[in-house]
Amino acid sequence: MVDFIIKRIAQSVIVVFLALSVIFFLVRLSGDPTVLMIPADAPPEQYEEFRKQHGFDQPIYMQYVNFISSSIQGDFGDSIRMNTSAVSLVIERLPATFQLAFSALALSVLIAIPIGVISAYRRNSLVDRLGVGFTILGQAIPNFWLGLILIYLFSVTYQLLPSSGGGSMMHMLLPMATLAMHSIAKFARFTRSTMLDVLRKDYIRTAKASGTPTSSILMKYALKNAFIPLLTLISLELGTLLGGAVIVEVVFAWPGLGRLLMDALLNRDFPVVLAGVFFIALIYTIINFITDILYAFINPQIRLQ
Amino acid sequence: MSQVSVEKRILYKTNERQNGKVVSLFKRLVKNPFGFLGFLVILSVCIVGLLAPIIAPFNPVETDLTKKLLAPMTEGHLLGTDQLGRDILSRIIYGTRISLLIGVTTVLFAGLIGTTVGVLAGYFRGWVDVVLMRIVDVQLSFPFILLVLIINAVLGTGLKNIMLSLIVVGWVSYARVIRSEVLAIREKEYIHSCFATGVPQWEIIVKHIMPNLFTPLIVLASLQVSTFIIAEASVSFLGFGVQPPTPAWGNMLNEGKNFILSSWWLITFPGLALVITTLGINLFGDWLRDELDPEMNQNR
Repeated sequence: MVDFIIKRIAQSVIVVFLALSVIFFLVRLSGDPTVLMIPADAPPEQYEEFRKQHGFDQPIYMQYVNFISSSIQGDFGDSIRMNTSAVSLVIERLPATFQLAFSALALSVLIAIPIGVISAYRRNSLVDRLGVGFTILGQAIPNFWLGLILIYLFSVTYQLLPSSGGGSMMHMLLPMATLAMHSIAKFARFTRSTMLDVLRKDYIRTAKASGTPTSSILMKYALKNAFIPLLTLISLELGTLLGGAVIVEVVFAWPGLGRLLMDALLNRDFPVVLAGVFFIALIYTIINFITDILYAFINPQIRLQ
Repeated sequence: MSQVSVEKRILYKTNERQNGKVVSLFKRLVKNPFGFLGFLVILSVCIVGLLAPIIAPFNPVETDLTKKLLAPMTEGHLLGTDQLGRDILSRIIYGTRISLLIGVTTVLFAGLIGTTVGVLAGYFRGWVDVVLMRIVDVQLSFPFILLVLIINAVLGTGLKNIMLSLIVVGWVSYARVIRSEVLAIREKEYIHSCFATGVPQWEIIVKHIMPNLFTPLIVLASLQVSTFIIAEASVSFLGFGVQPPTPAWGNMLNEGKNFILSSWWLITFPGLALVITTLGINLFGDWLRDELDPEMNQNR
């Protein structure tokens, strides 16, 4: 197990390093950033000074070496627009994004698992059909459109909830529901199919035959076994939710990392883009790492490979 | 009987069997209400896209400020007009073309690149495989949509660039699936006998491995189409991707969101078009997967 963990840590470090390099070259691919960040009518001296100040006058490999060595120390330079450190801007926004992603994850687990369990238990009933229909629809609706429709219904027409901004529980309801929709559909569908598999097993039949109450068959014997594959799906979904949060945050003007990143992309504020993307890749890799360890812990076959 | 005529006869019989397969697959499709519904939706979307110039009641880019923000069903505008007086229905009809173009071409190219890389990695293993798997790992360390967004932001907006960014990000999932399929096929006995009897490598790959990849490829591609269509719409909605005045569902929603307080139809109809299309593709894709690959069936 220790070998496995060490191997996975080494792998994760390499991945984050490569991801950082890819993003650096991607951003530099778009040409000399100075041209984009300095007004077109600026005097040539200001242009040169800006290039020197940000190190753009050095050859690309030197820029790369500098970038890697300073980013390892957590320094991505100053935001070009805000004149504060890019990393501090990103860290400032992280809690809001985490809050949104985690609450959406919790909401989807709470809603999806009962739907999936009931759907599987009452297979082909009306409830099951409604449940399956809901999951199919939920996976086809793009989250940004769902967000717009929810804003229209709850903020414009009935004026129950605020349409944008952050800070209170009321502000979080709509973005959370929007972000959770896709995961609810995915989890419910997955729970239903794994539960169907488990419910066919011999030990469930034995439990039924021996008169065990339905509720304890479902919760104690069936769901417990169906939960292992579900757990992997849930922890991987957290990464997807962080990605989805980028779009949902823009729709609802939620003050998180996604919005910061979008603004930075629109304004070509590269230090902020690099720092933001680095943190997302880092979080993503950590989630994958934890999922793998968790899975290896539960299923010994994996770590013996 | 000569060798050639025997081969021809075998070939003929296989063709006949293949045709029979397609016909019986279609018969099963007609019997499955959801799969068939999905098929009909896809068919209608394709027809609408192809016949856009004939069906569309107005010019989708013609502005008329005297007719801006007309509600649906007024002055011959079935779904109303937008902030520049352009007919929403016509813009949605023309937007179909963008979504179809994105869905089909990106999946095709991503599939082509991904399959090539996957086959090479799975068959030759060694450094090709190592490099591929590291690329896969790096791509998996970013959320899909974020990577598409960043590449698009770097390359610049526009239809070509959004297609390019989707292909660059999308081929990886094909490469992964095909690689693992090839790894499994490579260990089959009939491939080992090919090695033993000295069949050339390209022949092993083309004749004995590739035909087995058809099913996973079709299944993956049918499910990827809707993912890519939604991704394009999301990126265009965020202001990158396809730019106005070119009508695309994503940028229509982006422009429409500014008028959410007064004109609900601007955000409603392009979104509905998007949902109906992806729903159709998903229903058909689910059915196809269940038919071709019963082991993956989620709704047993």
